[in-house]
Amino acid sequence: MNAAAPLLEVEGLEVEFSTRQGTARVLDGVALSLEPGRTLGIVGESGCGKSMTALSIMRLVPEPPGRIGAGAVRLNGEDLLQASEKRMREVRGKDISMIFQEPMTSLNPVYSIGDQIAETVRLHEGLSRRESLEWAIEMLKAVHIPAAERRVREFPHQMSGGMRQRVMIAMALACRPSVLIADEPTTALDVTVQAQVFDLLKELQEKTGTAIVLISHDMGAIAEMADRVMVMYAGRIVEEAATEEILESPRHPYTRGLIACVPHMEEKPPPERAALTEIPGVVPALTDIGAGCAFAPRCARATDLCRRAAPPSFETGEDRRTACWLYGEAGAA
Amino acid sequence: MSGRQPPGGGADYLLEVRDLKVYFRLPRRNMLTPGGTVHAVDGIGYRVRRGTTFGIVGESGSGKTTAALAAMRLAPVTSGSIRLDGVEMTTLGGDALREMRRKIQIVFQDPYSSLNPRMRAGAIVREPMDLMEVGEPGERDARVAELFGRVGLRPEQEALFPHQFSGGQRQRIGVARALATQPELIVCDEPVSALDVAIQAQILNLLRELQDGFGLTYLFISHDLGVVQHICDDIAVMYLGEIVEQSDRISLFTRPLHPYTWALISAVPSARRRRSGADGRVRLQGDPPNPIDPPPGCRFAPRCPFAVERCRREKPALREARKGHLVSCHLVGDDCVPPHAAAAGSAA
Repeated sequence: MNAAAPLLEVEGLEVEFSTRQGTARVLDGVALSLEPGRTLGIVGESGCGKSMTALSIMRLVPEPPGRIGAGAVRLNGEDLLQASEKRMREVRGKDISMIFQEPMTSLNPVYSIGDQIAETVRLHEGLSRRESLEWAIEMLKAVHIPAAERRVREFPHQMSGGMRQRVMIAMALACRPSVLIADEPTTALDVTVQAQVFDLLKELQEKTGTAIVLISHDMGAIAEMADRVMVMYAGRIVEEAATEEILESPRHPYTRGLIACVPHMEEKPPPERAALTEIPGVVPALTDIGAGCAFAPRCARATDLCRRAAPPSFETGEDRRTACWLYGEAGAA
Repeated sequence: MSGRQPPGGGADYLLEVRDLKVYFRLPRRNMLTPGGTVHAVDGIGYRVRRGTTFGIVGESGSGKTTAALAAMRLAPVTSGSIRLDGVEMTTLGGDALREMRRKIQIVFQDPYSSLNPRMRAGAIVREPMDLMEVGEPGERDARVAELFGRVGLRPEQEALFPHQFSGGQRQRIGVARALATQPELIVCDEPVSALDVAIQAQILNLLRELQDGFGLTYLFISHDLGVVQHICDDIAVMYLGEIVEQSDRISLFTRPLHPYTWALISAVPSARRRRSGADGRVRLQGDPPNPIDPPPGCRFAPRCPFAVERCRREKPALREARKGHLVSCHLVGDDCVPPHAAAAGSAA
């Protein structure tokens, strides 16, 4: 880490949900830091806590049943977990904004897309109606929507999925936020459209220096976009490192499984196809994770120690951490 | 399996589809404007070899699912021929159609909505046997138990309801149900795309295992090229209701001929080909156009970076460019050099 204070810093984040089955610890000691212009990828299976991390940063965890038990979310040094709700309303959409998986359901069907983009800048920047609409057109141009002057009057149902996701991006970036959280932004899109959206995000990031948190289940998407990757499992960060390092030498058995279990498209497919590597079993219920490593029941290399005690995060290289007992003694094993 | 010989004899194609068209009429919007026609599937043909997996890939709206449903007569066939095991399916009706349907089953994309939440898992798997009168009623329970074992579920789980299973386990129930009538062809409609990646591998391995064990033939619909490359033997690429390229898996991925296939392949982000810079990757502009009254000429022309005047005017025919490798593109020359390779060659 360099000496400059990070733009966004999360420390020791604990989030619990009360359920009928007991208390589920959905986030357990999540920490991250993000610098301007960088992209952090968060990868994991459903229920691993990646979206919950995003919601906690925005302070959008539904309370109750949820509860942020401990930790800090610092934006430019200000702890958002201590901020008032009024202050959070200023932060959301202006300093930190978010785009979601479903561009169909995240847009309001009864307002024109221009109105929806303009609303953000009217609220946060105090622009007049006319100015804000002009700004909306500028934003639509920035996300490469053709005929922006005409499109600005259209409604979400008149646009394709890719267009709607562009509108979402325009809306999210309208106030030039310093952090953009993209929660599975391309999962609902076709691959050719996904490629366009990724290119657009990269282009806008270069122009504006926005830091991006990209949440995805797709290691390929992460590889394409992120500088750094955090792998989450059952509410904990199990491994984090620079993207190349994670891809080339995954250390945590879960990360290894996650990379190996996906059928990769090869440019020269081998004539013989081996069975895919499986991660046996399923993600545990968050209400009954014992004292041990949450991944131990599915891990081929689990020992007694793993089943008894959860591993702390070990330094396993430069700026690289792995929460696994295999790397316990030797440091970088 | 039943071990029936194909009545036609000769070539061992279980499913042969010729010039299949599925059109949907749209209601007119008002008195004056006529409703359009959705050309969901517009004259496709393919043959599926017995015991292999035939993949249909394409983006949303390409018609891949409709093509598969039509093969089961679950979508209205406008015209064309579908022969399963040598029997023409399009003219069948009533009991004869029912009888043939025993030979085709389907595994759906969404294991949450494709199982009846009020039925126990065992009953879900048994139901098709009861409906299609497969085997003796007394033997069916034993068969259900056997199927549970084959798909990696425990027999005592027969008594549970769908919500008590995980997504992967539910998809296993869906697979067991598809196997119940001892089908020869199983249509897999995006069978893993709703599942977590770690679970996808389990289901893909299961499908291949069952194929080897039962000699099954799969018609596999997917948008995921990684999955398709892994599981399919032959692949057709669909765009706006038409097959634009078709070949065996090795030829298709090693040397894609159609610019669309090439674009599709290069758009897949890969954890292995990490950022080889600009990497000669192509970006398609825009979205797939609407299958309602599609453009004349090549349907891909509006998005094709190489399109010339002829492409917009004249529809290319699907022809054999290399042995066993079909493509419909004016720009693939007789020397079999695709336009993207020609462009890269001249740039280099």
